[in-house]
Amino acid sequence: MSLLHVEELAINFGGISALAGVSFDVEPGSVFTIIGPNGAGKTTIFNLLSRIYEPTRGRMIFQGEDVTHVPPHDIARRGIARTFQNIELFEHATVLQNFLLGRHAHKRSRFWEELLFLPRVRALELEHREAVEKVIDFLDLQPYRDSFIVNLPYGVRKVVEMGRALCTQPTLLLLDEPSSGLSVEETEDMAFWIQDIRTLLGITVLMVEHDMSLVSAVSDRVLALNYGRVLAVGSAREVQAHPDVVKAYLGG
Amino acid sequence: MDTILQLVLNGVAVGCIYGLVALGFVLIYKATELVNFAQGDLLMLGAFTCYMFVVWYGVAYWAAFALAIAIVGLFGAALDAAVLRRVIGQPQFAVVMLTIGLGAIFRSFASITWGSEIYTLPTPFSARATRLGGVTVSHEYVSIIVGTIVLCGALYAFFRYTKFGVAMQAASQNQLAAYYMGIPVKRMFSLIWAISAGVAAIAGVLLAPVSLIDINLGFIGLKAFAAAVLGGFGSIPGALVGGITIGLIELFAGAYLPHGFKDVAAYVVLLLVLAVRPQGMFGAVGRKRV
Amino acid sequence: MRFVFKTSYGQDLGMFRDGVQRNWYIALLVGLLLLPRVLPDYTVDLSLVFIYGLCGISLMVLAGYTGLVSLGHAAFLGIGAYAHVYFIHDLHLPWIVSVALACVITAAVGVLVGLPALRMTGVYLTIATLAFALIIQEVFARWEHVTGGLKGKPVDKPVLFGVSFAHDVAFYLLCLIFLIGGLWVTLNVLRAPTGRAWVAIRDSEIAAQSLGVNLAVYKTMAFGYSAALMGVAGALFSHKIGFLAPDIFSVLLSIQLLLMVVVGGLGSLHGAVYGAVFVAILPVLISQARDAVPAWGGLDRFVKQPGLEPGLFGLILVLFILFEPLGIYGRWTKIKLYFAMFPLYKRATFRRQKAYMRSERLR
Repeated sequence: MSLLHVEELAINFGGISALAGVSFDVEPGSVFTIIGPNGAGKTTIFNLLSRIYEPTRGRMIFQGEDVTHVPPHDIARRGIARTFQNIELFEHATVLQNFLLGRHAHKRSRFWEELLFLPRVRALELEHREAVEKVIDFLDLQPYRDSFIVNLPYGVRKVVEMGRALCTQPTLLLLDEPSSGLSVEETEDMAFWIQDIRTLLGITVLMVEHDMSLVSAVSDRVLALNYGRVLAVGSAREVQAHPDVVKAYLGG
Repeated sequence: MDTILQLVLNGVAVGCIYGLVALGFVLIYKATELVNFAQGDLLMLGAFTCYMFVVWYGVAYWAAFALAIAIVGLFGAALDAAVLRRVIGQPQFAVVMLTIGLGAIFRSFASITWGSEIYTLPTPFSARATRLGGVTVSHEYVSIIVGTIVLCGALYAFFRYTKFGVAMQAASQNQLAAYYMGIPVKRMFSLIWAISAGVAAIAGVLLAPVSLIDINLGFIGLKAFAAAVLGGFGSIPGALVGGITIGLIELFAGAYLPHGFKDVAAYVVLLLVLAVRPQGMFGAVGRKRV
Repeated sequence: MRFVFKTSYGQDLGMFRDGVQRNWYIALLVGLLLLPRVLPDYTVDLSLVFIYGLCGISLMVLAGYTGLVSLGHAAFLGIGAYAHVYFIHDLHLPWIVSVALACVITAAVGVLVGLPALRMTGVYLTIATLAFALIIQEVFARWEHVTGGLKGKPVDKPVLFGVSFAHDVAFYLLCLIFLIGGLWVTLNVLRAPTGRAWVAIRDSEIAAQSLGVNLAVYKTMAFGYSAALMGVAGALFSHKIGFLAPDIFSVLLSIQLLLMVVVGGLGSLHGAVYGAVFVAILPVLISQARDAVPAWGGLDRFVKQPGLEPGLFGLILVLFILFEPLGIYGRWTKIKLYFAMFPLYKRATFRRQKAYMRSERLR
């Protein structure tokens, strides 16, 4: 059974149909990439999965459960984490605090316990810190641990955002344009990390990407989207060779 | 029936004042996305300035009116150039506090310059009324309504048909792009503040014969918030419609509901609108794109 | 410049950065305990500082940490005050029970205000709290059975467990205990997941939701907690001023409370306390300065005018926002950094990047 099953997903904004019936399946333990020109509706799919938008029709089934209409804050608890195209980090907090917030879905202390900061709360906090430190080690962010986000360069912020999503210990990780704004070296690092996330951490990755070299390097399956419709699904090479995809990118 | 017509007339007149103050809010908000909590105090300054020219210096009413508008308008532009320009880009909360502080300074200034008692402004419409059927039509109220209509017409034409109006909308939507297009953004903002302050001054002078002048006249601005929110904070016709609606609700609440409801009617409406339909009647809801 | 050498994760969890900071605060506590001996005339004013400190913490949690700016907090102060006085005088409940009940009732009202506030953002929320405060002020005036209406209600000095706290020093210590308690509880919450969730809501609601923060629950909790602290502050406040009347809890008081957190420095509890000191001490300083002004060409008559004081508050607020938006705590941090980095401090360290306004409204 597929980890994520999307069926006839569609959404209209006023008169514009941003998605016109998109269906695909994501197998567990794979890297699934969505490509397409700007405005194709890629981030819209992510926003629907994060429940920021409400679909006009269609269904999303995650791990056998229908998540089409659950409240947005429920998604993290179910095991879906995401990064944002324009970084949505907590600017006035440190990297460590951002990561600790990533653990919020695993919060087990109650408000009145926190008021008195009972030993149980302290123990749970130390557990969260251990989990966060593992992610910091994985992404080599030790020097930035106590830096405020406002002081960090763009490339580091991208990595921090991915790290924060990893701290939720997700089953499915949504990466929105992970290499945009990154240099060649940083993109190569990103490719290694995505492969490690799939292989070492066992997390399924659903990715929106423009950089074809990255797509070819890491993806197991690729889906091409244009004007809210699926053009082609298959391996990276198959999709890139597909005549409709070529027409969408190069015109004619 | 006559009572109802009377209430409607008075409500519309009072509502026009709320609408004018709300108009000032909305103008500044549309241009700079700031909410000017000192708008009511600018109204108060306008009323006092006119009073000063008429009573202290014996200037004729209409000349004093014009002078008050000009002086307060220039003051608004100066305020923008000197103070408000420095806080562009800061969080909205900081600007709110800034305008609140400015309002307190204006009130203090007024009490020092003109005194803290209650003053009357003699006008050509004072204490005159015509009876139409069973309804007493006070000339002061008529002056308010007529003044509001004239002013709104002028502003509408200005924004629709002149280069300034279009440029102002551009500057409000994306300041940096407006700079690149050669729009003198800083001058635009000062102009908008001048217009908004002028509108407040007009409202103050029109209101003065009805409610008498004192330093706390500006608290009417709080009720004008309700008008602006009801109409939709980014909408100019909405401000006026909202104001008139609030005026009518207030007058009818005062007549038919128990004592004390009249004073809070505007705020109750405000809370209801914000809870149920925050964009008001004509506004638009923004959503952050991620 | 001192570097803190960290050897365990627990050190980051502690309330103090290290033993040195803890010792400074203990010294401060000892100083405060001895202060009534040194400055006996100012004991009464200092208890007001502590009460304002509680108010400052309350508003700092809501506005500074969660980003929900309230222009109506005087209403919560009034609800706490009137509820407490009603329980003590009319229902003759014991003092501690009365304060606890006042706290709970104010918290409940806070939650009720927080619920519709979920749909409002930014300045709309501020306006809504302002409207709420104006309505509550009218309720105070009309609900004569409980509040005594416009006639007002006199308040006796507190009596706990049969012991009277009418003496200035006793009341001072009582307020100090409550302030320390409030600080301790708030610091606990702020270093726990709930406090982090509040900061997340301030910085990016969308990201917070994507991480599992239920906005409705946490925003309401922020309102409720803030109101609870104001309820306790209101109970103490009622004893301090001795006489309750509706026009005490006006918009101007709400503005003064907001001024406290802005001038003190948004985003830190230190700021709340600095702001409280500032707002409580300033009128005293102004009246002393007034008497000291010499009679140069009518200058002394000018400064003695009653309408001058609110203008002075406004001027200070404006100057702080223009020139020191980080508040007193911000300026103190800069001063400490200057000495820590001497002589390598650069003036541009804290310069803000020039920001252009970009509309987030969509048509």
